[in-house]
Amino acid sequence: MSNKFYENPVIKWIEYRLPIFSFIDESVGSGYPTPKNLNYWWNFGSLAGIVLTIMIVTGIVLAMSYTPHVDYAFESVERIMRDVNYGWLMRYIHMNGGSMFFLLVYIHMFRGLYYGSYKEPRELLWIIGVFIILAMMATAFMGYVLPWGQQSFWAATVITNLFSAVPLIGDSIVTWLWGGFSVDNPTLNRFFSFHYLLPFVIFALVFVHLWALHVHKSNNPIGVDIKGPQDTIPFHPYYTMKDLYGLGVFMIFFMFFVFFAPNFFAEPDNYIKANPLVTPTHIVPEWYFLPAYAVLRAVPDIWFISAKLGGVIAMFGFTLVLLLLPWLDRSPVRSARFRPIYRQFFWVFFIDCIILGWVGANTPDAVFHGIPFLWIGRAATVYYFAHFLILIPLISILEKPKMPPQSISAAVTGTASKGAE
Amino acid sequence: MSETASSDDKTRRDFLLLSTIAVGAVGSGLAVWPFVDSMNPAADTLALSTTEVDLEPIEEGQSITVVWQGKPVFVRHRTAEEIKAAEAVALEDLIDPQADKDRVKKSEWLIMVGICTHLGCIPLGQKASDPKGEFGGWFCPCHGSHYDTSGRIRKGPAPKNLPVPAYQYLTDTTVKIG
Ligand code: HEM
Ligand code: FES
Repeated sequence: MSNKFYENPVIKWIEYRLPIFSFIDESVGSGYPTPKNLNYWWNFGSLAGIVLTIMIVTGIVLAMSYTPHVDYAFESVERIMRDVNYGWLMRYIHMNGGSMFFLLVYIHMFRGLYYGSYKEPRELLWIIGVFIILAMMATAFMGYVLPWGQQSFWAATVITNLFSAVPLIGDSIVTWLWGGFSVDNPTLNRFFSFHYLLPFVIFALVFVHLWALHVHKSNNPIGVDIKGPQDTIPFHPYYTMKDLYGLGVFMIFFMFFVFFAPNFFAEPDNYIKANPLVTPTHIVPEWYFLPAYAVLRAVPDIWFISAKLGGVIAMFGFTLVLLLLPWLDRSPVRSARFRPIYRQFFWVFFIDCIILGWVGANTPDAVFHGIPFLWIGRAATVYYFAHFLILIPLISILEKPKMPPQSISAAVTGTASKGAE
Repeated sequence: MSETASSDDKTRRDFLLLSTIAVGAVGSGLAVWPFVDSMNPAADTLALSTTEVDLEPIEEGQSITVVWQGKPVFVRHRTAEEIKAAEAVALEDLIDPQADKDRVKKSEWLIMVGICTHLGCIPLGQKASDPKGEFGGWFCPCHGSHYDTSGRIRKGPAPKNLPVPAYQYLTDTTVKIG
């Protein structure tokens, strides 16, 4: 319990019965000691949390004017755009907010990969993060179906059909997901229900994520543990201020899209009402699903596993392999700053992810300078999995890391830590 | 209790504990089922499960698309060449071997669900101006699956032929699908 003293009698009265003020203080206030060397890559978690809140607020407002019925959904979204006061703003914030959310969380994850934030004792923190990204993917996918445009409908059809790859019970699963024999009104209704629910599940997961974070505190750019008070500064006012500054910069970026290029991330086809009898000439997922989509399409028939089933397994494996990472990486050194070999492979891996995204945006039979995208996709997919399953374990055993500084304060002041006895 | 529990007593307690857990688990399982099953197709959705088609106006070489259970069904009045091409294929050349005669009731009428067996796009080939793929039947633009004049998969990622729904001739020129 906090030994903080509160003057205000009302706060004191409440605090005695429910210690919520000290809880807040210890979570994001002056009572939370934070490494003093965090750089801007540590801004992205709090930014993601703010965007989650923005998504929930705009989503609840949208839901007041949205009708989850195949005959009205598209029209109700058009009505939001034209007739509802500031409906266009709510929708454009929500639409672009989805993209921003993924952008922030992807950066947040690459930060973790670079600085070894997934390592002991933060394995669970990392694993909860993987569940958060999975829940985000489900939420965004179902949200994208709601406006009931052509891309909405066909994305729903293609993705739900993936489950038909499951041996024996696949078709029953798909019928169950649809609540009918094709993507139709029951499907739209349940997607709306889940799309409303899941963000609150994400909220709960974020809470647990932060709970785990506060046990061992933030990692930091040199990846050396906090050794004492000389290594930390209070979260408030130092990092509240820094996060606020980052928020300002981010909001300029975010609002640029909302006001000047609101359909930058959107597909024009989604302004055509869903037509179950006409497939659009090309179905592309939202940009944040492109790497996973490339992996899905890269897998050929392997032995007795059909390309369809193999693709589905690989696509889920694409995210789930992250769960194993804390045990695949055996290096005792966290930060890539002191891991010369790993650092190079980190960037190769980063480029590999970009290549996968680029392949996902192209049709597999298209060619790039004579090389079919299918083959680029296959090579990039193999590399993706090899990075985790072969390269990381090998590098972590063979690499000779540099010596990290003794402590955070030693690194910051360039002298030996005062507290080190 | 402070009295020493006889081993008899202990096994009795183990039994009670285990049977409570078992009953609880089975009970919870049963209670979950209505929630799961409520997501399966509802009675009115199931009731819409047949569609009747009038074949009279469809000329040779033409196709129409009808909706059955929310899915497009291709009804094609095949030409003599198309039938010949479909019948001439050797079974071992097929990805999903099936003779043409097993896919039709009358060889000039090909009736099948027009949903690509890969990931559910609608193949092109219903209109005269559509691309029909390398085998003169249908072509799925999504990931490039080619179907022949019997709707069988010949090339591309789709694993199966376009499925033939259950249907019956009510008269010579009307068909009930479903
Ligand atoms: C994790 C946070 C969320 C994400 C990532 C997300 C994502 C999305 C996406 C990508 C769309 C499609 C936008 C479009 O193309 O028009 C959408 C639509 C929608 N969302 Fe969300 N959403 C989130 C939270 C919520 C919440 C909490 C609610 C309601 C309580 C909500 C209600 C809606 C509604 C009504 C639509 C349809 C209207 C429209 O298309 O703009 N969303 N969402
Ligand atoms: S859905 Fe037809 S080829 Fe993929």
